[in-house]
Amino acid sequence: MAIRETDPASAAEVVVRLENIGLSHDHGHSFILRHVDLEIRAGEFVALLGPSGVGKSTLLRVIMGLVQPSEGQVTLQSRPAQAHRPTAMVFQDAKLMPWRSVRRNVELGLEGLGLNRAERHERAMAALELVGLADRAARWPRQLSGGQRQRVGVARALTVEPDLLLMDEPFGALDAITRASLQCELLDIHTRRQGTVLFVTHDLDEALLLADRIIILHGHPAGVKGDFMVGPRPREGAAVQAMAERMRRLIAGEPDPGADAAYWQASEI
Amino acid sequence: MSQARARLLRPALGLAGLAVLFGVWEGAVRGGWIQSGFLPAPSSLGPAWLDEVRSGAWVQAIRDSLTHYLTGLVAGSVTGTLVGLLCGALPVLDGLLSGIVRVLRPIPGLAWVPFAILWFGLNTAGATFIIAISVFWINFYAAYGAVRAIDPDLYEVAAAFGHGGFWARLRTVVLPAASPGVLDGLRTGIGQAWMSVVAAELFGVPGIGARMMQASSLLATDLVVVYMLTMALLYAVTDMLFMLVRRRLLGWQG
Repeated sequence: MAIRETDPASAAEVVVRLENIGLSHDHGHSFILRHVDLEIRAGEFVALLGPSGVGKSTLLRVIMGLVQPSEGQVTLQSRPAQAHRPTAMVFQDAKLMPWRSVRRNVELGLEGLGLNRAERHERAMAALELVGLADRAARWPRQLSGGQRQRVGVARALTVEPDLLLMDEPFGALDAITRASLQCELLDIHTRRQGTVLFVTHDLDEALLLADRIIILHGHPAGVKGDFMVGPRPREGAAVQAMAERMRRLIAGEPDPGADAAYWQASEI
Repeated sequence: MSQARARLLRPALGLAGLAVLFGVWEGAVRGGWIQSGFLPAPSSLGPAWLDEVRSGAWVQAIRDSLTHYLTGLVAGSVTGTLVGLLCGALPVLDGLLSGIVRVLRPIPGLAWVPFAILWFGLNTAGATFIIAISVFWINFYAAYGAVRAIDPDLYEVAAAFGHGGFWARLRTVVLPAASPGVLDGLRTGIGQAWMSVVAAELFGVPGIGARMMQASSLLATDLVVVYMLTMALLYAVTDMLFMLVRRRLLGWQG
């Protein structure tokens, strides 16, 4: 039984809609994902939270179109804007192409969008500026630190101006200090850009720090087991604590004591 | 300063080693430890080389061998790399050719000599064929292995940013990612091709190998050694030129 606590009256347009998504690798004998329904609206920063190996990254790949679902349908609402991509992904280990310079890595998604070389150059540099690495544009990836590489990964995704930015545990492989500073930067960029983000993490604290809305994925096959709106920052106090405790139980697969609350929002308490 | 010194140290040591070799060799012949008919002294090589240059045979032999070498090397490298890349990237082709590869792979280039003579004759084409075959396999396996070793995540990255089709993948991932392995294969081939040159010419196609055979049948061992050193020099030059190109292409590797 999934808990839905998103604001049904929200007016923002739906960027992506998942309907009854199921994924099976053995022709329907067993499912990795099943009956996943989800809507993400423009401007939302959504965290997809769940234990390791539950299928969060797989769900991102289904949304991205890299994996075909066995059941159901993904509908992406793409702006009619020119020279952009509907989705872009930030991968866990940056996954830069070592033979491309930093700037050429950022240009990867711009190639094939009908931009000329100068326009690609300009947009890549703007994205690098945004993540504070414009002065490293000519370097090779091997010359960057792990945190810098991940910033380039963020720039590469942002530069295609995606309708939906997908992030697959982007800071999971970084040390705590670098992770904290990248989280702050990401929030800052999101506040300025007002784009739509779906951020996969298994870290509840990271989800509470970054997201406006947290979706819990759990079970075998995995499905949406909770959908929480997180109130304004700072996110502290008894109400947030109580919500965090409920999420922790859902992730652990324990019964949810707050499940009978029909409508529950930390910001309103 | 110390870094520059370290950079010079290795070639200096290499030269010192060569000097020791030639010194001991010269001393052994002069001291009567080795008979000069058995192994000519290094000091006798200069005059033998000068005679050969004056007669025009030296330059002619190099010119002939370089022709065989370059055409065989290019033909073998291009086809080997191409087939290797395609086999690595296309599982169907890989499966289709796997049996054929298994049958042909262990046959050394030299074993093809009878067919080279039958099909092409005792000429440049025949020698080129032998060289190309031995170079082909080196490049085939280098390119094939390089493609198979590509991090599959990079294909996903390429697909995520709009480069998902076969040709787009080939251009954005396969070719650049496989380039270090392919270039290593080319380099091995550059060395192997010089060995094959001698083998290919031993049966009578004019060139360094043929000249060595003639010299050895006349017991002109000094001339044999002159051509041995000639090949070493030619290899050193081609390898050095290749390394210059490689360094330019693979700057990203550091």
